[in-house]
Order: sequence, then C-alpha cells, then structure tokens
Amino acid sequence: MKFTEEHEWLDPADGVITVGITEHAATQLGDIVFIELPEVGREVTKGEEIVVIESVKAASDITAPLDGEITEVNEALAENPGLVNEDAEAAWFFRMTTTTPEEMDDMMDEDAYKEFIE
Amino acid sequence: MTDDAIKLPLDALHRELGGKMVPFAGHSMPVQYPMGVMAEHLHTREKAGLFDVSHMGQMVIRGEGRAEALERLLPIDVQGLKEGRQRYGLLMLAGGGVADDLMVANRGDHLLMVVNGAMKCLDLEIVQAGMPDHDVTLLEDRALLALQGPSAEAVLSALVPGAAAMRFMDVATLDWDGTELWVSRSGYTGEDGYEISVPLSRAEAFARALLAHDDVAPIGLGARDSLRLEAGMPLYGQDLTAETSPVEAGLGWAIQKVRRTGGAREGGFPGAETVLAQLADGPARKRVGLRPEGRAPMRLGVTLYATEDAADPVGTVTSGGFGPSVGAPVAMGYVPADCTSGATLYGDVRGRRLPVTVTDLPFHTPRYKR
Repeated sequence: MKFTEEHEWLDPADGVITVGITEHAATQLGDIVFIELPEVGREVTKGEEIVVIESVKAASDITAPLDGEITEVNEALAENPGLVNEDAEAAWFFRMTTTTPEEMDDMMDEDAYKEFIE
Repeated sequence: MTDDAIKLPLDALHRELGGKMVPFAGHSMPVQYPMGVMAEHLHTREKAGLFDVSHMGQMVIRGEGRAEALERLLPIDVQGLKEGRQRYGLLMLAGGGVADDLMVANRGDHLLMVVNGAMKCLDLEIVQAGMPDHDVTLLEDRALLALQGPSAEAVLSALVPGAAAMRFMDVATLDWDGTELWVSRSGYTGEDGYEISVPLSRAEAFARALLAHDDVAPIGLGARDSLRLEAGMPLYGQDLTAETSPVEAGLGWAIQKVRRTGGAREGGFPGAETVLAQLADGPARKRVGLRPEGRAPMRLGVTLYATEDAADPVGTVTSGGFGPSVGAPVAMGYVPADCTSGATLYGDVRGRRLPVTVTDLPFHTPRYKR
C-alpha cells in the first residue's frame, strides 16, 4: 500500500492499481453525500481532477495519482457515498493501469503517511 | 484560523466537547463536533440540539416612544407588538434592500433586537443614527444559546418550569438557580425550541446543565446551516442582502397590513416606495426552493438557466447543500417571478447543466408550538 500527499491510498496488484482515500481524508471531509466517478476507459494524467466528492461541508476533488487509464470504478459509491465514511480502506474509488509504475516507489508507505498527517 | 477571531464565551467548553473551530462572522466558532454534521442535524430534528449563538448581537433599545421610532427603520408593526411577544423584522436600506434581518421583542421596559453577528456593528450604527433620541446598546455581558428540537420543552422546563407555558414567539424573563434568563420560544431550525440569553458568568454552567440531559447534543454551524436551509429560512449575506428586497426574498408576510399601502402607518421606512410598489405589483424575481434532480448538491453561486443550452442565465443559487432530513440535495435561489413551482431549470455544476426543480419553501415543515 502506498499513499499520496493528496490523501489517496494506492493498492497495486497484478498491474492494476486500486485507489481510494484515507480514513484521515474521509474524517476531514465529513459526511460524504455525493461522489462523481470518472468514466471507465478514460486516459488520465497525474494531477488531473478525476473524482468530485461533495460532503455536507464542501466540494473537493481527487486527482489522478499517476498517468494511465481508468479500468474500473466502484459504482456502489455513486449509490451510497456514505460507504467512504464507514470504511475508507474498503471503499475504493477506481482501478487504473499506469504507464509510470516506477513513480510509486517515491510515494509514502503507511508509516511515512502517518507521520505526514501528524 | 485568524488570530483576531473573537472567542465565544463558551470557547473552552466547545474545545472540551471536541468542536472543530473555524472563523465565522469574526468569531471562532464550532462548525461541528465529533458526531458530525449529518448526525447533529438529525439529532436536532429527533431530540434536541444546543447551539452557541453568542456571536449574534443582542441590542437593547430604551427610551420613550421607542416602538414608534423603530418603525422608521423597520417595515413591521412594532407598536402593536405586545409585551412578552417577539416578531421577525428587517432593518431596511433606502434602496429597498435589507441591511439585516432580526428578531425584535417587547420586553416591557425595553425592546430587544437579536441581529446577525457579522452585521451587528453596522446595525448599531444604523439604529443609533436612526434613533438619536434613544438609548441603543449592544450587550456585552450576555451569551446567547439556542435549544432546538422536539425535546427542548421537556429539557428546559426541567430546569426552568416557566418555559413549558410559553408559546411560539413568546418572550419571558425566567429564573434559573438565581440567574435571570431572557427566553424566547423561537429558533432557526424549523423545530420547536428556545433562544436563551444568559449572563456571561453563568453561561457555561447553564450550557452544562442543558447538556447533562441525555437528549441534548452540542450542534455546530454546519448543521445549523442545513437545518435552516431545510426550514426555508434565509441566511443574511447569501439569500438576503443589501441588493434584495423583502418582497423578492418572499418575506412580504413580515410586513403587517398597518405598514402597507392603505394601512394606518403606511410606509415611513427606508425603501418604502420600492417595497410597497413590489407588494402591489409583484417583484421581478423571487426566492424559491430548488430540488436538484440528481445527487449532486448545488451550492451558493451556481448559475441557473432556463434550458440546457440557453446562453443567458435566469437566476442563481444563494444557498444549497445536502438536506439530511430530506435525504437529498436542497437549495434556494432567485428566479424570475413568473417561474412556477414544478418548473425545471438547469444549474451549471462544474461546467455541466444539471436539471433542478423549482419548489415551494420550506423543505421541512416547521413544528412550532403555537
């Protein structure tokens, strides 16, 4: 598991990376009431805003953590955005493939992320 | 947080309760507690919520002929307001816009106006200038708490028995353990409840006494906003401004007959010409409820269009978010006056035109004890 400064977690397996937001991010956002997911097949560039999250407080974005392509999205979140508040580690947002997997080497591991949010 | 944000008298208690403090109206205020905005909102509708609204201004007006003089500033019937009663009012500007919205209570030997925190200093200047022969002051020695929700009566009357007999918009001075409370049966949530002015020295003890009841939870600004939004109540600075008239804002009901054209004390307030003309002929635009058809909230500033591809906007959202009791996004905004309930408009959300239905307000029917 890897973590970004944008409070995303990345779980790579067999060339596909599952992406969600951290429990810390979910807590900061508050009750999430709306999630707009990207289209499957979309080519994304690192830093591009690809998910909109609306909480009871405000709207915010999730950016693509890497260059690549969206291969799958978690439709359950569109129906029930509160799943993210219930269990942020389980409530993945999208899966992607990437052309720059080596960039994950520079991302934080769990210990580094914990230090980052303190 | 800015260093110059004024601390509320209950600041330490908010922090002890885990309140997340944010700057608002020049004050450091709790936006939410660990319960979270959604649960705080629902708790208030189901049981009772305690709000610290000490940032609001408590303005006392003394002197002979004060009701008559105040009518030069407000378009409402102040002289007909009986002792022990309160009503909603608007501090008017010359152009017909609104300087602030407020509550005015007849407390026997004085009038008490409760005004918005962000506007209280400007309001004081306006009222003092408009009533030069009267003694007008903002109290600095009293906190203001609101206890809202269906359990409010049981909770408050357990401490202060006289509270139960009050009806909606009654005001009274009641004793709690030797402390003089100024109580009104009113609020900003669409629920039954009270707003209670308490001396600063006893504010924390009184808040703790209320919080000791199982039904009472502390509620932050986040839920305060969603509760009032569902109740269809305007927020000054967004839904009601110096550029909106009371008639456009759907607050014509606040202007009693005696102050309208043909009434015994017709007009005589700033902007009367504009306001009375709009009451007679109808305004060009009006404040309405808006129900986005999808799940995406439409917030302050979302532009409204008549069709999916119309070039020019017809209106704008002035407040919006998710309505926890409605279970869907809700909003309010200004649209052309001929736009009827049930009409579909399109709100521009992040570059996409999403359908939104024009509705009557409120979204949540108030449950006052009249």
